[in-house]
Amino acid sequence: MSLALQEKAPSFALPGVDGNEHTLDSYDDADVLVLIQSCNHCPYVQAWEGRMKSIQRDYADRSVRIVALNSNDPSRSPDDSFEEMVARAASQGFNFDYLYDRDQSVAGALGAERTPEVFVFDRNRKLVYHGAIDDNRDDRKAERHYLREALDAVLAGDAPPITDTPAVGCTVKWRQ
Amino acid sequence: MKKIELLYWEGCPSHPEALELLRTVLAERGIALEVDVREVHTDAEAEVLRFPGSPTIRIDGRDVDPAGADGHPSLSCRIYHVEDGRVSPVPSRKQLEDALQ
Repeated sequence: MSLALQEKAPSFALPGVDGNEHTLDSYDDADVLVLIQSCNHCPYVQAWEGRMKSIQRDYADRSVRIVALNSNDPSRSPDDSFEEMVARAASQGFNFDYLYDRDQSVAGALGAERTPEVFVFDRNRKLVYHGAIDDNRDDRKAERHYLREALDAVLAGDAPPITDTPAVGCTVKWRQ
Repeated sequence: MKKIELLYWEGCPSHPEALELLRTVLAERGIALEVDVREVHTDAEAEVLRFPGSPTIRIDGRDVDPAGADGHPSLSCRIYHVEDGRVSPVPSRKQLEDALQ
């Protein structure tokens, strides 16, 4: 069961691919915080990665921070180890933080099930949008840009026009 | 051509799209063979079947994307690198058409 709308973002303290520890409070300066359950190995994540970078770039000066989290058990998905995360962030030129949720506690608190799966938190760090980045893994075919629409609404002080959509992607690889 | 099989893992949502595309391409080419659709349930099964991710399509035992056929057997979503350089969770129409030639 994923986090419900208006519930607070879970606290965390996670290592990032930049070598630093990042906490929820690290992002206090952002008006909107976007947590994206992510990983390396998943073709759906790879298909949407470019849009994650574009959105971070387009909204960086509007106080929006995107933070990707990888919680996958590397024994089940070797490409999702922390070392591989560091390598992918470098090779793909990530412009957002990429954090390793080794004990899967943050994914559990979010109730994340898929990668990629978006959780948008407002200034008070209450959940205002959950689900997909947009409606098609092929950016040329996307018609509804849920995440951008949610960001525009929240930054304008409004509720997102759509608050919940099904995340389409790989399953989170839970420890067994 | 004797056998067309599609192996999938339920945890990856891409197999219905792949099956639909495969059946479309088969129909366009007038190939009346049934697709043998098989679910892979466990890592052990993935090992035995040399299943490099979902979906995997084989025509007479030959993978439609030979470059990815030898990937580590696992219950995961398979990555296809298609013609325009993009990444896709399903093979492209061209990959299927080429494999059927």
